[in-house]
Amino acid sequence: MGHIDRREFLQSGAALSIGFTLPLSGRAAAAAPAASNTFAPNAWLRLTPDNKITVICGSAEMGQGVLTAIPMLLAEELEADWKLVSVEQAPADAAYNNPMFGMQATGGSTTVRAHWTPVRQAGAAAREMLVAAAAKKWGLPADKLRCERSHVIAPGGQKIAYGALVALAAEQPVPEKPLLKSSADFKILGKPTRRLDTPAKTNGTAKFGIDARVDGMLVAVMARAPHAGIKPKSFNEAAAKAVKGVRQVLAIPSGVAVLADGYWAAKKGRDALAVEWDMGDKAALSSAKVSEMLAEGAAKANAVALEKGAAKDVAATLKAEYEVPYLAHACMEPLNCLAWVKGDEVEIWAGTQSQGPAQGILSQVASVTPAKVKVNTLLLGGGFGRRFAPDFTIDAVLLSKLSNRPVKLIYAREDDMAAGFYRPASLVRFEGALDASGMPTLLRADVGSPSIMAASGFMQIPPTGVDSMAVEGLSDHPYEIANQRIAYGRAEPGPQVWFWRSVGHSQNAFFIESFIDEMAAAAKADPLAFRLKLLGDKHARHKGVLELAAAKAGWGKPAAPGVHRGIAVAEAFGSYVAEVVEVSVAADGTPKLHRVVAAVDCGLTANPQTIERQIESAICYGLSAALYGKITFAGGKVEQGNFHDYPVVRMSEMPKIEVHIVPSKAEPGGIGEPGTPPLAPALANAIFAATGKRIRKLPIDTSLLKKA
Amino acid sequence: MPIKLTVNGKPVSLDADPEMPLLWALREDLQLTGTKFGCGMALCGACTVHLDGSPIRSCSTPLSAVAGKRITTIEGVGASSTGKAVQLAWVKLDVPQCGYCQSGQIMSACALLAGKKKPSDADIDNAMSGNLCRCGTYNQIRAAIKDASASLTKGA
Repeated sequence: MGHIDRREFLQSGAALSIGFTLPLSGRAAAAAPAASNTFAPNAWLRLTPDNKITVICGSAEMGQGVLTAIPMLLAEELEADWKLVSVEQAPADAAYNNPMFGMQATGGSTTVRAHWTPVRQAGAAAREMLVAAAAKKWGLPADKLRCERSHVIAPGGQKIAYGALVALAAEQPVPEKPLLKSSADFKILGKPTRRLDTPAKTNGTAKFGIDARVDGMLVAVMARAPHAGIKPKSFNEAAAKAVKGVRQVLAIPSGVAVLADGYWAAKKGRDALAVEWDMGDKAALSSAKVSEMLAEGAAKANAVALEKGAAKDVAATLKAEYEVPYLAHACMEPLNCLAWVKGDEVEIWAGTQSQGPAQGILSQVASVTPAKVKVNTLLLGGGFGRRFAPDFTIDAVLLSKLSNRPVKLIYAREDDMAAGFYRPASLVRFEGALDASGMPTLLRADVGSPSIMAASGFMQIPPTGVDSMAVEGLSDHPYEIANQRIAYGRAEPGPQVWFWRSVGHSQNAFFIESFIDEMAAAAKADPLAFRLKLLGDKHARHKGVLELAAAKAGWGKPAAPGVHRGIAVAEAFGSYVAEVVEVSVAADGTPKLHRVVAAVDCGLTANPQTIERQIESAICYGLSAALYGKITFAGGKVEQGNFHDYPVVRMSEMPKIEVHIVPSKAEPGGIGEPGTPPLAPALANAIFAATGKRIRKLPIDTSLLKKA
Repeated sequence: MPIKLTVNGKPVSLDADPEMPLLWALREDLQLTGTKFGCGMALCGACTVHLDGSPIRSCSTPLSAVAGKRITTIEGVGASSTGKAVQLAWVKLDVPQCGYCQSGQIMSACALLAGKKKPSDADIDNAMSGNLCRCGTYNQIRAAIKDASASLTKGA
């Protein structure tokens, strides 16, 4: 997901132009009101005589602000009065395919990047049709007219509201190549803009997947199999059915489900099942075994992701091994889906990041055609990649099909935590060497890690044998070092792996930015100066964010007594982020973060408020992982179940955060994920500055930092 | 025996398992879905409501414990001056991201401000640290509590 194939991108662009000639395709047409008093020149908007503009957003809202960003893109080119703009969620329809994926899906920090041109074109096309309508009405040439705040304006000052042009505009030909504005003329894009979904999220009216309801539905809770393919040895169906309100017990491939009148009965029934699993070979899986297998993978790493100079001819003087564990996403909203299989039709209500793929997958599950699968996208109570997976929608559809009832499946927190789809555990062995001046002459890295590409179901490891997601951020690091070899060795301990906020960057930035810091320390160099020098003459955007974050943090000036700084930089999803962490370490080894100063260069901006908040969010997410995050295994089973043993950062631990945006005219980069990668290394590097102890494993083991 | 209680000022009578947590009565029987399920073990705060004005975790409070009591949820909290000020501050500072935890955050913040009009940072930490947010909106929550505090104490 992180990598864009340009050919694929262009092909999708072609698909979009078909969207223009057939402005409303499939279900989008069915969803639109069949009213003659609505101007809906394409799938992205409706304009009504009351001047109201409804933007239809095909991306899923999981906090990252797409329900505001997509309308901003469209409104900018439409020259809309922002106060008249509202948003609604699109159905699943090819008209809303994410051009970077070729399918309707939300992830990889792509929404604004992927829709930057097509959604603005949709707005511009509508604007040109409104201008053509006004030109016709007034008998004036279209090129003498301009638009402002939802009005067409003639040279003499005569003006007409968009709403009054609805019928006439709908008769105008759809322009093939609508003219887009120059970014210098933007009035909405690039300005901090309030979210459109805030009021509903403060008064209880916002509807998330878990809030979906249809009459006659049952609620299902499942005892989930610890791994795919694991079958129950036994379960107590009678005990589950003895619970008042329990209606059915159904065994499906992913586990045993209890269907009841409500959650409470279903959960009691689920617990009464007391399922014994036939663990087979998986019983041998433990966290020690995971580490062993990762180390074996690294030891035999022979899929070369990067080779420069003659790494084998340079003797290593620095060696270090780093390791990170599996991580759960732990979205606040446990996974859920309401599904209703009605004969040859399927309808689901869910917070899913992959509406498009869901149509295809669920049609196979229910043995219907994809066009017969209706996907109602509700708000996502967090996604972070987890809701890109189809497992919970598949289970719900199966349960509805088998029970012949609408079924709302809700994972108990414990089942959500143990359901798999984890950020891969990973281990890297570094070797480095410095020349007489203290600059690196060697960087060698052998990575042992499972493959997301192989696990994804829609990607494959290329013939090189390198899973690009296992090495992203590492094999494409920006530092100028003459002799390098970065290699990947696939290790598959067994747990299902998946995309987790910033994917491979989440661990690889920790690895490389920590080892670069080790080399700086070995060279007795300032970590910032060392990085700037090692970036050479290129990499202006890396340098830009490093320098801005450092300047704003007061790098080089003394911090408060006992407070120390660390720095790290990463490029991910087309954006560049540097972070300076200020930390003090208590006598018992507990680190306290006082402040994080971030600088981001994400090119042209849609909504700077969202950018600040997403960087802040990504820092908090990365901090939880650095301090606490680990999914461990014993006897083949996940040892964590809820927030007491999978702790996350709380209010009292949240550092002050400053976010500074580098002004840029570059193409927009992603923003949901790039703030996460630099946090762990910046924190670990600050802890090194504070204690002289190098953190090489996450989560941070504070016992190593105790004062003797 | 039906269990009688008051929810957002209205008397309700529930014919349900007295051991069932209040959360599910609110969400499923009364269809007040603004109160959220997060953990089921009083660990995350997403299900926070007020019982006679005090914050409780509804996922771990059996119905039997709220018989005859007054319950306020996110849908009803705006009826009080504190609730209204807090909701306005949340909108003004555009606090939510995914929004899932925010009902619980608002309910905890309202309970804090109802008891202490000018909370310190330490008071905020104490009152709010049982409410998790995976989007990391904590700094905006803190700012919104202070904003609501300022509006509630203006002219006082």
